[in-house]
Amino acid sequence: MHEAQPAGALAEFREVSKTYGNVTVVDRMCLEIGEGEFLAIMGPSGCGKTTTLRMLAGLETVTSGDILIDGRSTLDLAPYERDTPMVWQSLALFPFMSVEKNVEFGLKMRGVPQPARRTRVAGWLERLEIADLAKRNIATLSGGQRQRVALARSLVMEPRMLLLDEPLTALDASLVLRMQSVLTALQRDLGITFVYVTHSHSEAFAMADRVAIMHEGRLRQVGSPKEIYREPASRFVAEFVGLNNILTGQVGDRAGGRCTVATPAGRFMVDAPAGANFRPGDAVTFVVAAGDLRLETGASRSENRVRCVIVSEEFVGATVVVLLEAESGDDLKIQLPQRDFEASGLSAGSTAFVTWSPGDAHVLPRE
Amino acid sequence: MITSRPVRLLLYAYAVIGLGFIFLPIFTNVVFSFDSNRFSSLPLGGFTTAWYDEMWRDNDIHGAFLNSLVVAVCVGVISTTLGSCAAYTDYRYSFPGKTPYLLLALLPPTIPVAILGITLLIYFSNIGMFGGLHSIVVAHVIYTIPFAMGLVRLRLSQMDRNLESAAWNLGARPWKALVHIVLLHAMPALLASLFLTMAVSFDEFAMAWLVGGFNETVPVRILSLLQREMSPRINAIGGVVFTVSIVLLLLAQWFFARKGQAGA
Repeated sequence: MHEAQPAGALAEFREVSKTYGNVTVVDRMCLEIGEGEFLAIMGPSGCGKTTTLRMLAGLETVTSGDILIDGRSTLDLAPYERDTPMVWQSLALFPFMSVEKNVEFGLKMRGVPQPARRTRVAGWLERLEIADLAKRNIATLSGGQRQRVALARSLVMEPRMLLLDEPLTALDASLVLRMQSVLTALQRDLGITFVYVTHSHSEAFAMADRVAIMHEGRLRQVGSPKEIYREPASRFVAEFVGLNNILTGQVGDRAGGRCTVATPAGRFMVDAPAGANFRPGDAVTFVVAAGDLRLETGASRSENRVRCVIVSEEFVGATVVVLLEAESGDDLKIQLPQRDFEASGLSAGSTAFVTWSPGDAHVLPRE
Repeated sequence: MITSRPVRLLLYAYAVIGLGFIFLPIFTNVVFSFDSNRFSSLPLGGFTTAWYDEMWRDNDIHGAFLNSLVVAVCVGVISTTLGSCAAYTDYRYSFPGKTPYLLLALLPPTIPVAILGITLLIYFSNIGMFGGLHSIVVAHVIYTIPFAMGLVRLRLSQMDRNLESAAWNLGARPWKALVHIVLLHAMPALLASLFLTMAVSFDEFAMAWLVGGFNETVPVRILSLLQREMSPRINAIGGVVFTVSIVLLLLAQWFFARKGQAGA
């Protein structure tokens, strides 16, 4: 990938690997984390994303390679010598301490004198709207309140980089959205770096400036959410990101910047990527985002057109994802505004045409 | 669990009979300790605290109580400390030979106390450690460490594994994290273990008798009294021993039950 590098790198992974016995959890990872950026590291469970975060915090040792923070090697820095507070998936709040004591803990350990501690703790409790809970026991708090305590406990350290390990997994869907906006606002206002590990696309794509996708210990793609969604670098990324239609076929004839691709579902016009040297007969895979497909009921003159039967519809907020089956048996999905779908009068079992313009198809690099 | 009414009644009856079987003799013992009859028999005579007075004035019994107390306190502190260290090792580290290590650590209570006592007697005689209060302390520590370790292990197993790392992550050096987080979290179990090991030591007879030489603890004193005479003082001693033990056990239980709430 040739995405623009962040302005100033606060942290840098240099060929970092982590192995347990003969299991490689992180494999020669190279990644720069910019000053003040919101980076999401995303991948399925067991892809090594949490290990990556823990190595950054010094909670796991690096097997080979080096992690630089502020240009300095961290190989001989213990966790307590780093300025990388973390918000844990389990939150890891100290259950036998009050809210206030929890938030104060790090400052106390760092030897901040008590009057200054008091002021900073009070300030952060205020800022995260939990000042009235200061004396409460952790056990008596709701999930959302605990989340805020965990954030306050880390942010009170006034770090340049905050690590977050799937912090929203335990929350209700409605709270997740609320906390997402709290987090983005905080990151913007503070101007510090957030490194956010998650397996959820919606969280990563809603909040992050850049998303790094990991799979089986390797970094598969790093880029803005839009880049990753529009131009997945591999079939894995396209599938993992979801809401993509992936079609494989053979290159037919080529005309200008376009070529036809013959797939089981039909022949389609595709914009050939610049520099790609396709010859007729080459196998090729292309991706069309679900949001780029259109649903038609009558005749039209679209170049790319597949006759399908609607299998089911799934409402996601104000949009609907319609699952269809082509006559060839291929599954397709379309995402469209709920209102448009209702206006079309279609429902499960109806026959419809799916179309898209050749420019919306993204051809995957050969693997 | 849903059970029918007759089954529930049967279970209640079973529990009552079981508890009665254990506590009735003790209860009778306490009742007779306040009875003015010279021999424990029915019908009861008048109420008296004479046997307690007599016991109180007996220097041998006095000494035995003092010995028991000193031994129990030492055992409580040493066992809880060592047991907690063993439990923390188990919680925090994994190393080759961990399973045999744990099995060995938990072994002593499975050996009959008489055998453990004789073995220690031979061993102590050989190394010149026989016949002091310290011999009893060492014997009881060996026997009670697993109890301490068990309680603290259980407590640590209920601790979020990330708590200690979270403390490091917030700038706490390992020993500070140990004191502020692990020790604080384990405190109810530490106190429970302290009282439980004290209670076990206070009641233990065989090893104290075998390795203690001329230093008598309360259970040993009771036996030598029983061998000589049938004095109602024994009922009085029994009453006191029972009270001390039950208080220690209730304290242990109280701390142990409280931890459930703190951890919630």
